[in-house]
Amino acid sequence: MSAHTEVAEHVNGATTKAFVNVWFALLFMTGVEVFLAYEQIPVLIFLTALVGLSVIKAALIIAYFMHLKFEKLSLFLTLFPMLIFCIILMLIFLGDAVRIPNMRPPA
Amino acid sequence: MSQVNTAPLASVWDGGRSPYAVNSKKFGMWLFIISDALTFSALLMAYTYVRLATPNWPTPFHFSPSIIFSTVMTFCLLSSSLTMVMGVHAMNHGNRKAAVGWILATICGGLAFVGLHLTEWLNLIRNEHVTPFDNPWGVPLFGGTFFALTGLHMTHVIIGVIYLGIIAFAVGRGKFKAEDVEVSGLYWHFVDLVWMFIFPLVYLMSAKI
Repeated sequence: MSAHTEVAEHVNGATTKAFVNVWFALLFMTGVEVFLAYEQIPVLIFLTALVGLSVIKAALIIAYFMHLKFEKLSLFLTLFPMLIFCIILMLIFLGDAVRIPNMRPPA
Repeated sequence: MSQVNTAPLASVWDGGRSPYAVNSKKFGMWLFIISDALTFSALLMAYTYVRLATPNWPTPFHFSPSIIFSTVMTFCLLSSSLTMVMGVHAMNHGNRKAAVGWILATICGGLAFVGLHLTEWLNLIRNEHVTPFDNPWGVPLFGGTFFALTGLHMTHVIIGVIYLGIIAFAVGRGKFKAEDVEVSGLYWHFVDLVWMFIFPLVYLMSAKI
């Protein structure tokens, strides 16, 4: 391994090139989101695309910028399953939100 | 003379060392981030709930200035995350001068975000007449949820800028270790991460087409 490569290599395994690539990927996905906002596509598909891209962006930030990809698996398993489970539990209320407009008496 | 037991521990869970192989500051910041993520998740879920339950939800975000501004704000935060990770990288290699430079660039990104966000808020308040309690469309919860969610995020950004300012000052004076810069970086990336959900769900979903 050359001296230059050694300097460029992060202590945890990632390189500065990887960080720049992740940054470009995040910018690209943001551009796609803005583009989709002005396309006439069904709301459900639009919402699914936005949430899907946001989750991918969040995963990239957590894995590379926050270095979780290079930490021990035990750290991930301690922190994230609980978080994801709690967020899924919050979704229970959304069905009620869809029902409320239909329950309003006519004006 | 007592003998020292040099046999390796059977498991990291036997005690005597961190099972996560991270220092306590970093682990503490991760725990804070998870709890803060739950706070923002609850707020985003409340926003989504109110929006779904309100048929005539307002769409006041014109392409110019709201969507342009919020897109540039996203660029500022993403770029500041890149400069932050470069700062951590420089500090891990013992290059304090470069680390301070990268952290200052991160602070500039954060300040640009706050400046643009406040301009966008003032545009909504002055031109669209949206306040936390009222708006022309008769849906007061729009202003309430919008300002609560974006306001809490902007508060996090401002706190992050102050936090990074203290870190940059101390690192420039030869204090603090690489792990301290890395912990501050974790906080900053989290602030960036939260915006990746607020931007599409609040701005793009309410864009005026």
